[in-house]
Amino acid sequence: MRNQQATQLLFELSKPGRRGAKLPASDVPARSLSDLLPAEHAAAFPPPLPELAEPDVVRHFTNLSTKNMSVDTHFYPLGSCTMKYNSKRNERIAALPGLANLHPYQSEDSLQGLLQLLYELQGMLCEISGLDAASLQPAAGAHGELTALMVAAAYFRDRAQQTGEPRRTKVLTPDSSHGTNPASAAVAGFEAVTVRSTPDGFVDLADLRAKLDRQTAVFMITNPNTLGLFDRQVREIAHLVHEQGGLLYLDGANMNAILGVARPGDFGADMMHFNPHKTFSGPHGGGGPGAGPITVRAMLEPYLPSPVVTKVGDRYRLAFDRPKSIGRVRSFFGNTGVLVRAYCYLRTHGPDGLRRVSEQAVLNANYLLAKVKDRLSVPHGDRCMHEFVASAAKIKAQRGISAMDIAKRLLDYGFHAPTVYFPLTVKEAMMIEPTETEGKETLDAFADALVRILDESPETLHDAPHTTPISRPDEVRAARTPVVRWSPSA
Amino acid sequence: MPYTFNTPDDERAMLSAIGVDSIDRLFDGIPRDMWLSRPLDLPPAMGELELTAHLSELAARNSPAGDKVCFLGGGSYDHFVPAAVDQLAGRGEFYTSYTPYQPEVSQGNLQAMFEYQTLIAQLTGMDVSNASLYDGGSAVVEAAMMAMSATGRRGKIVVLGSVHPEYREILDTYLLPLDAEVVTIDAPQGAADAAAVASAIDDRTACAIVQQPNFFGCYEAVDEIGRAAHAAGALFVVSVDPISLGLLRRPGDYGADIVVAEGQSLGTPLLYGGPYLGIMACREAFVRRMPGRIAGETVDRHGRRCWVLTLQTREQHIRREKATSNICTSQGLFALRAAIYLSLMGPQGLREVAELCLRKTRYAAERLANVDGLSLAFDRPTFKEFVVRAEGGNVESLLATAADDGFHAGVPLGRWYPQLKDCFLVAVTEKRTRDEIDHLATSLGSHSRTLATSHA
Ligand SMILES: Cc1ncc(COP(=O)(O)O)c(C=O)c1O
Repeated sequence: MRNQQATQLLFELSKPGRRGAKLPASDVPARSLSDLLPAEHAAAFPPPLPELAEPDVVRHFTNLSTKNMSVDTHFYPLGSCTMKYNSKRNERIAALPGLANLHPYQSEDSLQGLLQLLYELQGMLCEISGLDAASLQPAAGAHGELTALMVAAAYFRDRAQQTGEPRRTKVLTPDSSHGTNPASAAVAGFEAVTVRSTPDGFVDLADLRAKLDRQTAVFMITNPNTLGLFDRQVREIAHLVHEQGGLLYLDGANMNAILGVARPGDFGADMMHFNPHKTFSGPHGGGGPGAGPITVRAMLEPYLPSPVVTKVGDRYRLAFDRPKSIGRVRSFFGNTGVLVRAYCYLRTHGPDGLRRVSEQAVLNANYLLAKVKDRLSVPHGDRCMHEFVASAAKIKAQRGISAMDIAKRLLDYGFHAPTVYFPLTVKEAMMIEPTETEGKETLDAFADALVRILDESPETLHDAPHTTPISRPDEVRAARTPVVRWSPSA
Repeated sequence: MPYTFNTPDDERAMLSAIGVDSIDRLFDGIPRDMWLSRPLDLPPAMGELELTAHLSELAARNSPAGDKVCFLGGGSYDHFVPAAVDQLAGRGEFYTSYTPYQPEVSQGNLQAMFEYQTLIAQLTGMDVSNASLYDGGSAVVEAAMMAMSATGRRGKIVVLGSVHPEYREILDTYLLPLDAEVVTIDAPQGAADAAAVASAIDDRTACAIVQQPNFFGCYEAVDEIGRAAHAAGALFVVSVDPISLGLLRRPGDYGADIVVAEGQSLGTPLLYGGPYLGIMACREAFVRRMPGRIAGETVDRHGRRCWVLTLQTREQHIRREKATSNICTSQGLFALRAAIYLSLMGPQGLREVAELCLRKTRYAAERLANVDGLSLAFDRPTFKEFVVRAEGGNVESLLATAADDGFHAGVPLGRWYPQLKDCFLVAVTEKRTRDEIDHLATSLGSHSRTLATSHA
């Protein structure tokens, strides 16, 4: 049934002279092009793009789409990514011309409805996080991390000027943290220092104490952490960090577990980012868009990027005149379209609904954990928050079946694979996050598939997947001799 | 919650399988004294009907392009988006999937990424492209950091003052705290003096950054600046308007090492500034220093051609603090939109879009230049934008009165360029008609006269 046009590339389908779009004739007085365009800047010929008719393009991309798994088509328990259902209502709303067709340099007068939405969103994020001020500018979670670290750097530069304390050069991250944490620290100019976890998966306080000093700017914690566990020491950690004059950053990728239950600001965090594309159901778009709004304590507010949305009387304004601001991390306002959907999500759920999101996310994860733990070891205990990390290490030692094998075989059963080999602290890790937008039957079916897979022959698993559009690709070859664009063959 | 998946019976069965008697017990991992002891202080839940009404009401208090004729530009443009772009990119299989970590069930996204990369390489004349960055602004600073690491020169970059002022602000935000010097060469007459740029580039300079056409719509002397950068061992970074490449020489043809762009023009609506698309392409030599995802071709176990995420040792999930960048989620959906847009346009279509922009822009510039009280700020050819000076200088009120006549007439420049505080930037895309341009001229004409008189 598969269509040829999906396996061929656009460039192979191209035929000289085909057209996919008809533009209107010019309605202004005719002039010769050479009058309008300086010869030294003019191209000799148009760019060598493929030539296709609209039906070619439609058939091509439609067929391509059928080669993807997605939330709309499959259970997608990709840990840490919170692949929850993305409500269609938000799509229709976000596409309203009064929201989608706004230019970033329109006057504030012509944007009062949108600015109100964004202003209220800032407030809601502050309330959910227990912090005081927000910036909606960062374009993704990692961008939020980086922005907050720049805010921290600016704050400490000011403090150094006032108190003469030496420069703070280090950012500490746990070994179980997401790769973006240390990478963001490096981009912001800090030395990234790794703090060990204890065997039961929490921050090793002794190691933290040993590495914390007056050069430490920030400790970045993910809580619940990437094992799906809430680190109960977080207040003590905050105390230790604050004692050294440092700041506690919370990676908010896992907020789906604690909405309305506990607030980072209340348990000691000074700043955090949200991933609205995860927690607040922004469609992931095959790798973005996301957004990475941050919230911070009041003393950090002056350093947030500009502009922020303010309210003066009953008018909403963009505040640019903020002399201590770090400046800009992105052009224009930010990923507004994602923020509009986040606002819709929050207004749809309300306070009780949000808490129920977390309750159901945690219920689903614990139920799945209970169903699989007798067959697949879950090294960090019988309880979890919104996700858990299983390990195939034992099975690998006994029968040669790896986490990758299991993940690939799940695809044959019609499930997207969990996140594998992350966090790096667990061998043969499989990070499973069902989210709250799944029911018991789906979880039962997934658990059954997992259990059945564990009984299959190792050969079947090594060769899996068997039913997908392609079998396992040769990744080594791809990296050794990179072919990252099509070229006409000689 | 708007959905109920687990019925009360399900919940009971699930709790009993877990071995607890209430959902609250599942939160025992969080010490009680950290629990929020009250409901969140948020507005109450709304159903779809109320939500739609509420958002429609908020939307009605904005004036979108379409309600007012949009002559705004400055990096975000009111171009036409063919229906097929929305229809195809809106398919749930693209729309609700994520980064293709499992290539066997992501060939749709991976092949589209590979096609996008090829299209961008063809468009820019560069060897390779990544699969997207956040936006055109942060792409510039990523290029600067890439140049710093490629040249080993971390102390200095040179940037033209005619590069989008917000892109330059981003450069400052990222680089100044790292003690790097960002040397800005002004463009007082609408474009920079190439000799001045050349003399600012030295053997400490990581790169020279040029925007072509620049923020004012004018052309820079890219050949000379590129040569000067290379003579000093610096990289040549060019930020382009992708639509302009339907007509203009490609940066790869005049020596660019890294090309970046805001990809919004390629099939994405205005969206109040985002989500958009950061484009980055470079010469082959730098591919391993490039930030962001890259799709590569390979074969599966049966020898079938297929695609995977490749060169991942550049990336944060493998290299952590040693990664080329911290980027993870980027703008996959907008790369897809750009790929669909470019496939529909093809070489001829893109050329025609560019040509319409060019012709209408010149017509509009000449019409506005003939309006009493208005003049062109720079005596230079431009592509799809131009700068208008308002005698009397009251740009804000002039634009406000034009808004009353139904125009988003221009972007005031004083916020970024104090010497241009009596100026505004006008953009004309293929969507604007002669009628709209004529009416804009009439509107500005009547008001600039009144304003000039009231100032006299
Ligand atoms: C724990 C954690 N932190 C940070 C990030 C980075 O977020 P983003 O991909 O939006 O940049 C992610 C997601 O990828 C994550 O799972």
